[in-house]
Amino acid sequence: MPVTSIDKDLEALTLTLTAEYDAEAKQVWELWANPRKLERWWGPPTYPCTFIEHDLSVGGEMLYKMVGDEQGDEHYGRWRILAVDSPNFIEIQDVFANDDGSPNDDLPSTRFEVMITERDGGHTRMQTVSFFGSLEAMEQMIEMGMVEGIEAAAGQIDAILAEG
Amino acid sequence: MELDGEEVDRLFHALADRTRRDILAQAMTGDHSVSALARRYPFSFAAVQKHVAVLEKAGLVTKQKHGREQRVVTNIQAIERARTLLDHFERLWVERLERFEAVLEEED
Repeated sequence: MPVTSIDKDLEALTLTLTAEYDAEAKQVWELWANPRKLERWWGPPTYPCTFIEHDLSVGGEMLYKMVGDEQGDEHYGRWRILAVDSPNFIEIQDVFANDDGSPNDDLPSTRFEVMITERDGGHTRMQTVSFFGSLEAMEQMIEMGMVEGIEAAAGQIDAILAEG
Repeated sequence: MELDGEEVDRLFHALADRTRRDILAQAMTGDHSVSALARRYPFSFAAVQKHVAVLEKAGLVTKQKHGREQRVVTNIQAIERARTLLDHFERLWVERLERFEAVLEEED
């Protein structure tokens, strides 16, 4: 598994993952910069993803859509690109979007940073840091986050919420 | 966790009151909203809310919003909750970063 370390800050509510890939930084970057590649890994296999808009520049935005392969339910998300430094750094605000692609700012959003560092011999480290605003925001995102498809059954979501 | 002098003062002040000790004990053993706690004591809602605020300032409890209710939970519970929620997002990212590798390898 490419992930080499995971760090959770339970007070600041941040999540940091570090992964190592046998590739050059520019190849790793390509998976963010090319929408046809990006959509192949961003969403889970049960929710095929399409990037409808893709502008990886500061102030640029992206719009993506995920469609459940069983129910055909559609979910939209919008990225606001806060910072870019090709091929090493991206900062993104990930917000829920409505069916017409407009952002839904009533729902909580997440900010995340991606740091890509090439090491010797064509190995590249990619670190992602997600910043969550509050426990309530995280809870609400998980409820909505059926889009992410990892907890496909509603019962599992309820179980997570009940654990608290 | 290290506490400075002022924080220690706030902690002892918070625990010096019998009602506040009781509220803390209630929060440790169950899930209580501020209004449910208020019904347990012969004081006004505002008075109980003040006690909760003193406990909160001392870092002993946190108020969490659940729909319209404000629940009082101890900070240990809040940290456990944070862990459970972050675990969820951790799984999501681990899977994502694994798919990332699969797409990357196909490019070779």
